[in-house]
Amino acid sequence: MKRKTLTAAVAVTALLAGGSAFAQVPVKLGVLNDMSGLYADISGPGSVVAARLAVEDFKPESKGIKVEIVSADHQNKPDVGSTIARKWYDQDGVDVILDVTTSSVALAVSDVTKEKNKIFMISGGGTSDLTGAKCTANNVHWTYDTWALANGTGSAVTKAGGDSWFMLTADYAFGAALDRDTSEAVKKAGGKIVGSVKHPLSTADFSSFLLQAQASKAKVIGMANAGSDTINTIKQAAEFGITQSGQSLAGLLIFSSDVKSLGLQAAQGLKLTEAFYWDQTDATRAFSKRFAAAFGGKMPTSAQAGVYSSVLHYLKAVEALKDKDTTKVMAKMKELPIDDALFGKGSIRVDGRAIHPMYLYEVKKPEESKGEWDMYKVVATIPTEEAFRPLKDGGCPLVK
Amino acid sequence: MSSGTVASEGADEAPIGAVQQTGKSAKKLHGMIFIGLAGLLLIAPFVLYPVFLMKVLCFALFASAFSLLLGYAGLLSFGHAAYFGMASYIAAHAAKVWGFTPELAILSGTLVGTLLGVVFGWLAIKRQGIYFAMITLALSQMVFFFCVQAKFTGGEDGIQAVPRGHLFGLIDLANDRVLYFVVAAIFLFGMIAIYRIIHSPFGQVMKAIRDNEPRAVSLGYRVNQYKLALFVLSTALAGLAGATKAIVFQLASLTDVHWSMSGEVVLMTLVGGLGTVFGPMVGAAVIVTMQNYLATLGAWVLVVQGFIFVACVLAFREGIVGLFAKRLKQPL
Repeated sequence: MKRKTLTAAVAVTALLAGGSAFAQVPVKLGVLNDMSGLYADISGPGSVVAARLAVEDFKPESKGIKVEIVSADHQNKPDVGSTIARKWYDQDGVDVILDVTTSSVALAVSDVTKEKNKIFMISGGGTSDLTGAKCTANNVHWTYDTWALANGTGSAVTKAGGDSWFMLTADYAFGAALDRDTSEAVKKAGGKIVGSVKHPLSTADFSSFLLQAQASKAKVIGMANAGSDTINTIKQAAEFGITQSGQSLAGLLIFSSDVKSLGLQAAQGLKLTEAFYWDQTDATRAFSKRFAAAFGGKMPTSAQAGVYSSVLHYLKAVEALKDKDTTKVMAKMKELPIDDALFGKGSIRVDGRAIHPMYLYEVKKPEESKGEWDMYKVVATIPTEEAFRPLKDGGCPLVK
Repeated sequence: MSSGTVASEGADEAPIGAVQQTGKSAKKLHGMIFIGLAGLLLIAPFVLYPVFLMKVLCFALFASAFSLLLGYAGLLSFGHAAYFGMASYIAAHAAKVWGFTPELAILSGTLVGTLLGVVFGWLAIKRQGIYFAMITLALSQMVFFFCVQAKFTGGEDGIQAVPRGHLFGLIDLANDRVLYFVVAAIFLFGMIAIYRIIHSPFGQVMKAIRDNEPRAVSLGYRVNQYKLALFVLSTALAGLAGATKAIVFQLASLTDVHWSMSGEVVLMTLVGGLGTVFGPMVGAAVIVTMQNYLATLGAWVLVVQGFIFVACVLAFREGIVGLFAKRLKQPL
C-alpha cells in the first residue's frame, strides 16, 4: 500500500514537473495611482482600462504568458503608496508597477522597487529626477517628464514674446522639479523669472497666490502644478480678471481631461506640451475609440495611453525572453526599439527614459471645435532627439 | 477632572478600574496575557506578512501610549500626532542624514517626542476638559505646518529612502523578519512600561486625580505635576512608536503629523476599550487590519471606519476589551 502511494506520488510529481516545461510565464501587473482624488481623471481607473486593453491586444495566452492585473489607490500619500508597493512585491507576487501619478509617491515606489529588484514603469508621475539624480536600474519613465514639458511649453512661450515669468508651484517633488526645469528653459530661451510662490498640494483657494502673481507684473504666469490644482488656478485667474488684463497663463502640465473639464471657453489659446493626443493618427484614433467604448465615452489622456504602451513593451520583452527575471527584462526592454502605435518610434535610454516625439498643442477656440472631444491643434512637433533632457545633463549615476 | 464632556466620559469608565481592585487573580491573569502575547508575537511573522504586523505593532504602541493619558488621567489629547510624527521625522532624518544606527535614531526620535511633550504638556495642563483638548490640537497643528514648511522634512514628499541600517552596527535589519523581532521587542518593552506605570503608586494617584481631582488636591498631591509627568510619559511612548514606524517604512511623511492621525488614535482607543491596558492594541489591530484589507475601497475605508465607530459607541461603549473585562469581572 505504502509503495503504491509512493509510486503515485512520484508519478504525480513527474507529471507536474513535465507540465511545467510547457507552463506559461505568469506575470502580474499592478496599476497604482490616484483612484479618487485630484489626479483620478488624469490616470485613475482609466489607466486600469488601458492596461487591460494592452493585454487584450497582446494576446498573451498564445505567446506563453499569463497576465494578471491588480490595481490600488495610493491617495497621493507617499506612505500609502510605498506600503502598497511593498505588499505587492513581497506578498502578492507583483512583477511590475505601472503609472503612479504624483511624483512624491512615484519616488517612494521607486525606492521600494529598487530594494526588491522589480520593475517600475512610470506614466503618470512627472518628476525628471526619476531618470536624473534619483534614477535606478529598475525604472522606465514612459510618457513625459517635467524637463520635456518645461522645454516644450517654456521655451515656446518665451520665444513667442512671454519673456518675464512668475511661477506658481505645487509644493512637492513634481512642482519643484517642474519649477526648476521651467526656469532653466525660460532663461535659456532669453526670458527671466521675476518671482515664484509655492502652494500646498490640492488647494481650493488660489486667491492669495494669484494676487501675488498679478502684483509681479510678469507677462506669463507659469503653473507648475497639475490636475484639479491647475483647473482651479485657471478658473480663479479668469475670475480675478488676470487673463483679461494682459497677463497670460502657461499650463506646464495639462492633460486633455483637464481641458475637457475646463471647457474650451475657459481654456482657449492655452499652449501645452503633451506626448499623446487622441486625434493624432489613425492608430491613436482607433485606440481611443476602443478606449472610450470601454470607459464610459471618455478619451484617453496621455498618462493612460502611456500605461497601454508600456504594458505592451514589457510584454514584448517577456515574450522574447520567455522569462520575467528583472535584470534580463530590463536589458531586453532597453535593447528592443520602441515602435509604438501611440507614441511613435523611440527607445529606452540607459537612465530609464523612454524617448519619443513630443507635441506642442494649442487649445482650440470654441468655434473651431468640431466635436465634444475636438480640443487641440498641433503647433509644433518636438523631435525625439530634442524632446527629452540630454543623457549627460541628468546626473544619473547609471550614465557613464 | 472637574468640568467638560471629557471629564464625564472618564467618570463613566471609572467603575471598571475603581470598583474592581487589581487583586491577585487579576495580576495572574495579566501575567498570562503578557505571556500569551509574547508567544503570539513569536509565531505571528511565520503566518502573517511581517511588514503588516510591524505596522500593527507601531500603532498598537501609539494607541496604548495615548490611552495611558486618556484612560488613566482622563486627559483627552487631540494632538498626539505631533509627537508621533515629529519623532518619526527626527528618527528618519537622524538615520538618513546624520547616519545614526537605527537604535540611536529611534532614541533621538523618542527624545524629541519627550521634549515636545514637556513643552506642550506644560502649556496644555493649565486648562481642563475641552480646552485642554483644543490646546493640544492647536499645538499639534502648529507642528503640522512647521513640518509642511521646514526644509528637512521634505514637505509633501516626506523623508524618503531612510536606511534601516544595522542594529548596534551589527545586525542587518534589511530582512523583514529580523526587523520584526526588534519592533516586537520595542513594543513589548513599551507595553510592560505602560502596565508598570498604571499599576505603580504613581498610577494609583493618577486614577485618584481622574476620579476626583479636588479630593486629590486636598490629600496634598500636586495634581499638575502628576498630570505633566503622565503627559510626558505618554508623549515619549508615542514618540517611540513614531520613530520605530519611520525605520520600518523607511519613510516619514505628513500623514503622521496630520490631525487625522490624532483622530485615528482616539478611534483605536475607543474601539479597543478605554481605560484598559490591552484595549488600545486590539483597537489598533482592528483599525489597521481594516485599512489594510479594505485598501481597494479607496476613500470608502473612512466611511466604513465611521460606521464601525458608530456601531461601537451604540452597541458596546466599553470597547472590545472593555466588554471582556465586564464579562470576566476583572480589569484588563
